[in-house]
Amino acid sequence: MPRLPKLPAPPLPGPLQEPPPRPSEGNGKGGPLEDAKQAGITTVAWVDERTSLSGAARWMMFRKVPKGTNWFYTLGSATMFAFLSQAVTGVFLAMYYRPEPGGGAYESIRYVTNDVFLGQFVRGMHKWGASVMVVLVFMHMGRTFFFGAYKYPRELNWVIGVVLLILTMAMSFTGYLLPFDERAYWATIVGVNINGTGPLIGPYLSDFLRGGSEIGATTLSRFYAIHMLLIPGLLAALIGAHLYLVAKLGTTAPPWKKSEKPAELRETEV
Amino acid sequence: MPDKRDKHKSKYTLDRQIPGAFEGETITRRRFMTGTAHTAGAVAAASFALPALGFAVGPIFERNTVRWETVGTADQFNENNYIPTVLTVVPGIGEAGKTTVYIRKHNDTIDTDSYDRDTPYIAISDRCVHLGCPVRWVDAAERFICPCHGGVYDLLGKPVAGPPVRPLDRFYTRVNGENVEVGPRFSVNSQLRRFSPRDPGEPLDGIGQYLYPSRPDARK
Repeated sequence: MPRLPKLPAPPLPGPLQEPPPRPSEGNGKGGPLEDAKQAGITTVAWVDERTSLSGAARWMMFRKVPKGTNWFYTLGSATMFAFLSQAVTGVFLAMYYRPEPGGGAYESIRYVTNDVFLGQFVRGMHKWGASVMVVLVFMHMGRTFFFGAYKYPRELNWVIGVVLLILTMAMSFTGYLLPFDERAYWATIVGVNINGTGPLIGPYLSDFLRGGSEIGATTLSRFYAIHMLLIPGLLAALIGAHLYLVAKLGTTAPPWKKSEKPAELRETEV
Repeated sequence: MPDKRDKHKSKYTLDRQIPGAFEGETITRRRFMTGTAHTAGAVAAASFALPALGFAVGPIFERNTVRWETVGTADQFNENNYIPTVLTVVPGIGEAGKTTVYIRKHNDTIDTDSYDRDTPYIAISDRCVHLGCPVRWVDAAERFICPCHGGVYDLLGKPVAGPPVRPLDRFYTRVNGENVEVGPRFSVNSQLRRFSPRDPGEPLDGIGQYLYPSRPDARK
């Protein structure tokens, strides 16, 4: 026999109704979980009341994206996470690294790799992550190019992206010397000399990079300072500008998506 | 009369009808304060930026000290073959500051260039002038051969194959009593004419010496 639908209960007269929960009672449920939730809300509200950051966060996080947005659009974020991974592992590698050309640098790298707990893993992440970042940068650039996402009004973001690409390559170049083994030494000599083949300013550029006429005592610390202080700061600042423009201008639809006409225009076409 | 006032451009602010100006002022206080604040900011920024910049580019203009290093006695070297010798170019940084020099005694039948006549020993740098890899003297072939990109040089260090743009660099040599001493490096063009030291990849023939200027401290 089919069950009859249950009828809603008739409203109780006012005096017999349960009073609504007071705010301090936490929706009547209570418990430590509810308390923790309330504490979090209170903290966020306290900060937001003094900074109005929630508006900026909402502007950044809850954007409209065009139809057809696909996995290729994640390459930029992937590059940024590769950079963050490089930054974090780099900071911890800097705790062990000594930029001494007389053998100290190589010895400190050897110590990290062989003796420090998880040292080989963290150094491996930094070393292989560098290649991953370069590959991702080029894939992101290719996505932007082939989807035509560099066109008006996003030209400035393309320019910033090219600067970020150059800075990433500079990071690769300066980081390559730091292990100070044979490969690092000769690769840097070749790299500096390639810079030197530029007419007129080339010789000065070589001297600037080496910190003198030969690869000497200051070259390694120079490369180290450029690698871990100068370029990361520029990279972080320019990634901020890059992201701001992405949020400000929005992303593009893939080129194969045709814009849909409004309903009234579609009827007249027939 | 406003139309009369417009024709006559006075330097005084009141006459030019700048609001907020007192009579007789040639510049408003606001403009003066803005300019002062900008100037003070520029001076403050320049006072740390300029020294930092000079600090960074200083090594370009740093003067190299001339070092002479004893590499052996006269009887260790002969006229017909190169002896590889390790030379310290940058002291104090261990292996990284060393380079190999190929040395042989001056041979009157080969070293006929006028620039070589007064050199007692020929000391050839092992830095390939393509991109700076270390070349190796191969006895059987009588050639210097670079492992990186296939540069080949003859007995005098002149390029015979591959990408090198000028002959191998050389070092000044002198005899001090029994000892052979090796001094600063110099570069040569295809006629083995001497030039102040250049980096690899920088040609010295034709306009090359002007396209690739030497270090400021090396100029006379």
